[in-house]
Amino acid sequence: MDRRNFLTSLLQLSAAATAAGAIVGGFAEENKDKPLALRPPGALPEKDFIKTCIRCGLCVDACKNRENKMIVNGIEIDTLKLASPGDNVPIGTPYFNARTGPCFMCDDIPCMYACPTGALTPKECQNDKGKVAIDYAKMGVAVIDPSSCIAFWGLQCTACYRACPEMDKAITIEWKQNKRTGKHAYRIPVVHENYCTGCGMCEMACVTEKAAIKIFPRDVFLGKVSNRYVKGWSKKDQERVKNASTKTTTKTPWSKENPLQNLNQGVNWNE
Amino acid sequence: MSMNRRDFLKTTAAVAAASAAGIVIPEEVKAQADATQQGWQWDKAVCRFCGTGCGIMIATKGNKCVAVKGDPLNPVNRGINCIKGYFNAKIMYGADRLTQPLLRLNENGEFDKNAPFRPVSWKRAFDEMERQFKKYYNKYGPTSVGIFGSGQYTIEEGYVALKLVKAGWRSNNIDPNARHCMASAVVGFYQTFGIDEPSGCYDDIELTDTVITWGANMAEMHPILWSRVSDAKLNNPDKYTIVNLSTYRNRCSNLADMEIIFRPNTDLAIMNYIGREILKRNAVNWDFVKKHTIFATGTVDTGYGMREPSVAEKLGYSSKEMQTIVKQKAKVVTPEEAVALSPIGKWKAGDEMVMKHRKGHAPFWHWEISFEDFKKAVEPYTLDYVAKVAKGDKDESLESFKRKLVKLADLYCDPNRKIVSFWTMGFNQHVRGSWINEIVYMVHLLLGKQAEPGNGAFSLTGQPSACGTAREVGTFAHRLPADLLVAIPKHRKIAERLWKIPHGTINPKVGYHFVKMMRELESGHLKWVWAQVNNPWQNTANANHWLKAARTMDNFIVVSECYPGVSARVADLVLPIAMIYEKWGAYGNAERRTQHWRQQVVAPGIAMPDLWTLTEFAKRFKLKEVWHEWKLPNGTILPNVLDKAKEMGYSPEDTLFDVLFNRDEYRKNFPWPDPIAKNPGTGKMHPNTEAEGDFRKVVGSDGKVFNGYGFFIQKAMWEEYRKFGIGRGHDLADFDTYQKVRGLRWPVVNGHETKWRFNVNYDPYARKFAKPGEKFAFYGPLLKTIKRGNLKGPIKSEGKIHLPNKAKIFWRPFMVHPEDPKYDTNGYKFWLCTGRVLEQWHTGTMTMRVPELYRAMPEALLYMNPKDAKELGLERFDLVVIESRRGKVKARIETRGRNKPPRGLVMIPWFDERILINKCTLDATCPMSKETDYKKAAVKIYKA
Repeated sequence: MDRRNFLTSLLQLSAAATAAGAIVGGFAEENKDKPLALRPPGALPEKDFIKTCIRCGLCVDACKNRENKMIVNGIEIDTLKLASPGDNVPIGTPYFNARTGPCFMCDDIPCMYACPTGALTPKECQNDKGKVAIDYAKMGVAVIDPSSCIAFWGLQCTACYRACPEMDKAITIEWKQNKRTGKHAYRIPVVHENYCTGCGMCEMACVTEKAAIKIFPRDVFLGKVSNRYVKGWSKKDQERVKNASTKTTTKTPWSKENPLQNLNQGVNWNE
Repeated sequence: MSMNRRDFLKTTAAVAAASAAGIVIPEEVKAQADATQQGWQWDKAVCRFCGTGCGIMIATKGNKCVAVKGDPLNPVNRGINCIKGYFNAKIMYGADRLTQPLLRLNENGEFDKNAPFRPVSWKRAFDEMERQFKKYYNKYGPTSVGIFGSGQYTIEEGYVALKLVKAGWRSNNIDPNARHCMASAVVGFYQTFGIDEPSGCYDDIELTDTVITWGANMAEMHPILWSRVSDAKLNNPDKYTIVNLSTYRNRCSNLADMEIIFRPNTDLAIMNYIGREILKRNAVNWDFVKKHTIFATGTVDTGYGMREPSVAEKLGYSSKEMQTIVKQKAKVVTPEEAVALSPIGKWKAGDEMVMKHRKGHAPFWHWEISFEDFKKAVEPYTLDYVAKVAKGDKDESLESFKRKLVKLADLYCDPNRKIVSFWTMGFNQHVRGSWINEIVYMVHLLLGKQAEPGNGAFSLTGQPSACGTAREVGTFAHRLPADLLVAIPKHRKIAERLWKIPHGTINPKVGYHFVKMMRELESGHLKWVWAQVNNPWQNTANANHWLKAARTMDNFIVVSECYPGVSARVADLVLPIAMIYEKWGAYGNAERRTQHWRQQVVAPGIAMPDLWTLTEFAKRFKLKEVWHEWKLPNGTILPNVLDKAKEMGYSPEDTLFDVLFNRDEYRKNFPWPDPIAKNPGTGKMHPNTEAEGDFRKVVGSDGKVFNGYGFFIQKAMWEEYRKFGIGRGHDLADFDTYQKVRGLRWPVVNGHETKWRFNVNYDPYARKFAKPGEKFAFYGPLLKTIKRGNLKGPIKSEGKIHLPNKAKIFWRPFMVHPEDPKYDTNGYKFWLCTGRVLEQWHTGTMTMRVPELYRAMPEALLYMNPKDAKELGLERFDLVVIESRRGKVKARIETRGRNKPPRGLVMIPWFDERILINKCTLDATCPMSKETDYKKAAVKIYKA
């Protein structure tokens, strides 16, 4: 990060943090009955995925049988599992729990290539230029609860940042002065969704009792901005709207009437 | 009055905030806050972990520490902590806490080195300890026994251990794990200033505008200090400049303005380059240099602190190991070294350098040289030469690296900049650790940027009381309290007087340093050893040898521990030990701040404080057993002092406990209970297991219930200990004062602490010693009379020079590490560097019991450059073998981790006992400090 970014981000920081808290509360309520399942890398959008996945379990086998399995102190850390009743995930579909078994982001993505139906497909794991790599997986996005993240108290933690395989991209540190102590800086983790693969290493590493950083499916958490506005301060942002439709007509309850009819209603001055 | 949860939070928060801001809180509100936490008792303490020394507040309830908070009044951290500090309340409560003594017993209840551990009483434990001790001690003498001490001892524990070993057993075999972490810094201080510990303090962080980290990963190892650096940077982002020098990218680099990745050992070359630039650019502060310094240099053919090759051969060291060990005796000078050493004029490339000065005091020999000699000495360290030698990242261009070096020199030389150089293990754990410590002062002294607010080279410590206990108390093989040394008769006399023991009691021969203790265990000369507050068989390099020696040879190993670990596993007897808040204590941090705490709770099971184990063991020795004449293996005679003892009123039948720890004046002057033990909030008395026993009614070393010594033994020890420093520049305040304040930086004179030593504006000793009108006095008394000579060596006819109040500007050359993979022809292609991570402390004994920290970092990973991994056909998390000439372990590789090594270097943390990386590391040390270089060894990496 260059110095200018470093400074401007400070200004945005506290506002962003407050907003994030409100959003988390809101969507959790709204999505009560939707599965919050985290899918393997390369998964189709949830609706299509459910339709395409034949519950064969080959991806789970591939995950289990990969060479570089994580066995810590004799205990194997399982990532992919097939949902069974009570998991609150459509039965038989593959998912993972980031807190206990995050995705270790294998370079060769064995689970994705094991899929016989295209429910997991390289097309969902590539960058703009069509390059396929685990770095472009979009399994989910990390979300921080600023009320329980102890970095927001001024404690020096950033365990999620150090655990992040996309460190300094998907999670960066923002510095902010701690006015209460007068001489320490907050070092606060900030997630950048465009780099976050949703692997969940951060959620596993988080040192609070219940993780203060969690992975949510991207379509559940992320918003979407209008493609009729481009950031004036970012050249890159224009690319976001390059496919913007030329069908620009908008409709609101006020605009749905024929303008001629509208005008011919006249005005009333007797009320 | 009732309060709901919200009011409760509001009130307690308000009280905390008000306390932080120093606002007086209306009594009514305060009472309310107290009442809501009924049953809780808060008291101040200090964090268990690193050398930063953050203050914490501990809440206890029902004999349990139930919560901690950062102490808002503590000037170091002002109420915040890092994540190790955050978990202080959990470290004592791991499910596998050791709660009773364990002895290897056979079916018949007899001690057997090959039998499994079985629980025993304290009496049985001490009986066996005594039997084994005397078996060896009586036959082989005081040098056959020893203690592995610690930089995590409380000050009082360290003092008691030191006194028992040196005044009682007349051995000097006590050495702390701080040998592994701070010894090179100490030699740097002694040789340069004549007195230990930094001149500055943490306030320098806010007062400087340039921070250079040299082998100091402050972001992970000193997070609270790093947050202060970060804050200072935010205060003045354009001017405040941070440069991170390291052999791999660490987490300091994201804040730094510039990162310099250098090849291991070449920090010596870079420092010489800066020295040369200071001269070239006329940046020398001549007024300062002329008034307060002289130039000096010393021997260079000093070996690498390894075993003597002949001894290693006899002991059956493998031929692979011998490939490195032979360099202890002689090495071939490489072309790059030939340039670095050219000013001395003794060696050309390809010459054999015989390590003539490897033994005894020879590595320490130094003498005055002229400024002209100094100038000649730094001359070969040109930008071209140093850049070529020192560039550490193969993927960086030489031009880019050169630009960085020039910029670094710019920063040091800028007269309008204040500058602080921080270092930790990167300098200290170094085969030339004392040299690199000396020459960072060289740079600061040439510039006159030392010992003033915001200016100075500042050695950070790793352990919570590496300064307070290991160094200030002097729990080293060569030291006594307050920078006194056993080898100096006058110093021994001072100690003997203060300890009220006969003159001639203290052994004048320096004991075994930490690594030497392990080596002598293997050689069969050390027979009985007691490890306290550290984990020697995990923390010592080349561990295979020491593990084998402990388990297979004729010796007896006692390990005091709170949890099972590698050292306890190799022990013959394990003693269950009270942890930090289960005893009274004090720590001293890196800025000379001494901080005390009260005992908060009573230990579980029948675990007891370290201090008690030492004083109880002292009961097992009568004066007639220890103070008679001894002939040591090296021929030294320790005189019989029993007659003198009689004159002093002691009987040969008196025990060491009576004479050293249970004196009438202690009982009279330091009675228990003492009002200082009253909790300031609740008015309740804090416990004191040693003074009064406790509710557990522990059956003690004599088979009877231990009801306490009946006096305030910790206070008695403190008050005796501080007499060593008073008037000698090491003044500490009285015991009670420290219970009331958030630490004080010594010297504490007339109730005032000292922020910057050697500076007349801040240090009363500097005022005393400085010449009229002068601003500084480097008054440290050690090594102030030296020979004179030139770069080749001392010249007899020139005589000696006395240097009161002067510091030495050293010239020290660059030399290649003995296992540098660049010169390896046996396939050991990688540099292996070991270190720590924020989440885990040292050997993980405590932090691996905290579920959250365990989950955050459950195993040590080998950090590797992705290009290296690719070349070796390895994928992320593949299990690999790390193989050195000494041993091999398996670990998983991480190519996306927190540490980003350049190609050709791998880094692994050492906390994980299942990946005991010290089986691979090399036990080469700085020949002066005897501190191991854990940062450099050559290894092969291949798929497991």
